[in-house]
Amino acid sequence: MAASSPSYGPRPWTFYVLAALFALFVIFLYGPMIAVLILSFQGPSASLVFPLRDPSLMWFDELFNPRRTGDVVGAFNRSLPLAVGVMLLTVLISVTAGFAFRRRFKGATAIFYTAIASLIVPGLVLSIGILVTFRYLGWPASWYTSALGAHLSWALPFGLLIMFAILGRLSPSYEEAAYDLGASKWQTVKEVVVPIVFPGMIAVALFGFTLSYDEFPRSWLTVGSKNTLPLEIWTMTTNVTSPALYALGTVTTIVSFLVIALALSSIILIQRKRSRGK
Amino acid sequence: MTSAPTAKRSMLPTYLQVAPLTIVLALFFIVPVALVVVVSFFRYQMLVGIVPDFTLKNYIDLLSNPTTWTLYRSTLKFTLIVLAITFVLGFWIAYFLVFHVRSLLIAIGLFLVCTVPFWTSNIIRMISWRPVLGTEGLINSALLKMGVIDQPLQWLLYSDFSVVVAYVHLFTLFMIVPIFNSMARIDKSLLEAAVDAGATRWGVIWNVVLPLSKTGIALGALFVVTLVMGDFFVVTVMSGGLSGSATSGIFNDLQFLNYPRAAASAVILLIVVLLIAASIFRLVDVRKELVR
Repeated sequence: MAASSPSYGPRPWTFYVLAALFALFVIFLYGPMIAVLILSFQGPSASLVFPLRDPSLMWFDELFNPRRTGDVVGAFNRSLPLAVGVMLLTVLISVTAGFAFRRRFKGATAIFYTAIASLIVPGLVLSIGILVTFRYLGWPASWYTSALGAHLSWALPFGLLIMFAILGRLSPSYEEAAYDLGASKWQTVKEVVVPIVFPGMIAVALFGFTLSYDEFPRSWLTVGSKNTLPLEIWTMTTNVTSPALYALGTVTTIVSFLVIALALSSIILIQRKRSRGK
Repeated sequence: MTSAPTAKRSMLPTYLQVAPLTIVLALFFIVPVALVVVVSFFRYQMLVGIVPDFTLKNYIDLLSNPTTWTLYRSTLKFTLIVLAITFVLGFWIAYFLVFHVRSLLIAIGLFLVCTVPFWTSNIIRMISWRPVLGTEGLINSALLKMGVIDQPLQWLLYSDFSVVVAYVHLFTLFMIVPIFNSMARIDKSLLEAAVDAGATRWGVIWNVVLPLSKTGIALGALFVVTLVMGDFFVVTVMSGGLSGSATSGIFNDLQFLNYPRAAASAVILLIVVLLIAASIFRLVDVRKELVR
C-alpha cells in the first residue's frame, strides 16, 4: 500500500494477511462447486456425499434419458431461447436508452429511478404482479411472454448501468472531432462510437443472458405451466435424491462457463485487435 | 451526464431512444406493482377468489398476526448479519485488489475470478453446500477423522448458520463489485499525500479510502439488503424449511390462491425495502456518482 510506497519496495504485512483472506474467499467461492462437479461422476452407489465410488457417467445418462428425473431437456429447450431473447432485447434496449441519457431530457430522472426501483424490487413481488396483470388482461402466462418481461425488468437496469459506465468514457468531443473532419453521421457511428461501445455491449449481453438463464424468483409464477431450467432444478431439489441433481448442476455450470468464456474472450480479442491496429 | 454537443437539436430522437426502455418498465414493472397494491385492498373469498371490494382486512390480518412480526424479525436479523459479513469481506477484498495488487492485469484477472460465479446458477450454488456441510459432508468427516469431534456437527446444515453461509456465498459479489469500482477511481496520489502529511496506515484507510468508497458501499448495501429481504428460496433450502422469511407468508397465501393477502404481504415487504433503499439514497447521492 501507499504507506510504504505505491509500486516498489517490500510488501507491507497487510499484503500477506489480505492475500490469505482473498485465497480463503476464492476457496469458499469455488470449493462447493468443485465438490458438486466431482460428485456428479458418482457410481451406482448413488451416495450424495464423498467418497466418490466407481466413477461413471450414469447420472448424466439419467438426466438426458429421464426415467424419473423430470423434463430436463424440455426445460433446457425453453431456458436457452428465453435467455437468448432476453440477451438480444437487453442489448438493443439498454444501448439505445444509454445514448438517450447522454442528453438532458424531461423525465430522465424519473425513468432512471424507475429502473433502479425495478432492480431492487423483490423478485417475488414482481412475479405476483406480473401474474395478476396477465390474469386481468386475460392473457395466459408463458415463458416467452410474461417470463420474458419479468426477466427484462431485471436485466435492463443492469444493462443501463453498464452503458452509463461505458458511455461516460465516450466524450461528445470525439464525435464532434469526427464530424469536423468531414465524417458523415453514419461514419461517425461506425468508426468512432461503435468501437468504443462494443466491448460494453458484450458485457451487457453476458448479463442479459445469464440473468435470464439462472433467474428463479422472477420466473416462479410467470413461466406458466412449463418450467424453465432453474424451476426444474428447484423441483428436483425436493424430489430427486440421487447424484442426477449434481449432474444437472455440472451441466448448467458448464453452459454458464461456456457463455462467460465466449463473452470474455471476444472482449479480449477485440481489445487486442484494436491495440494492434493502431 | 454529459451535455449534448448540439443543444438545439430536436429532442424527438432522444425520446424515441428511451421509449423501448420506458415501455418495458411500464408494462413489466409499474403496472404489475400498481396492480399488486390495488389487489392488496381486495377481499378474498373461498372458492370465489378475488372480490373487488375495498377492505383493509388483509393488512389488519397481517399486522395483528404475531407470526408476521416474528418472520420480519428473523429476516432483519439475517439481513444485518449478512450485511456486516459481506461488507467486511467486500471492503477488504476490493482494497486488496485495488491497492495491494501491483499489476493491473493481475488485479483484473483476480476480479474476474471473484465475479465468474455470479454468472452461474444460484440454486446450484446453494445445493453445492450439501455435500460440504451435511452430516456426512466434507467438513464433518474431516473433523471426525482429525479427532476434533466425535459426533458430526448437526448445526452445519439446515440451520441459521447454513443460511448465512449461503447468503454470504451468493451475495458478497454484490459488495465487491461496487466497492472495487469506487476504489479504482481513487487517485493514488491522495494516499501518498495523506502519508506525507503524517497519516498512519489506519488513518489513511479510515479518513481517505473509506469516505471515498462510500458510494460503492451504499450500492453494495442496497443490493445485499434487497436480495436478503426479498429472498424466499435460499432460506427455505438452506434451513431445511426450519426458518421462515418475510416472504414465507406470500408463499403460503399463494398456495391457497389467496392473492389479496399475498399482495398485502408483498406491499408491506416492498414498503420496508423501499424505506431502507431511500435511507441509503439519502446518505449517498448514488446517481450523481454513477452517471458522472
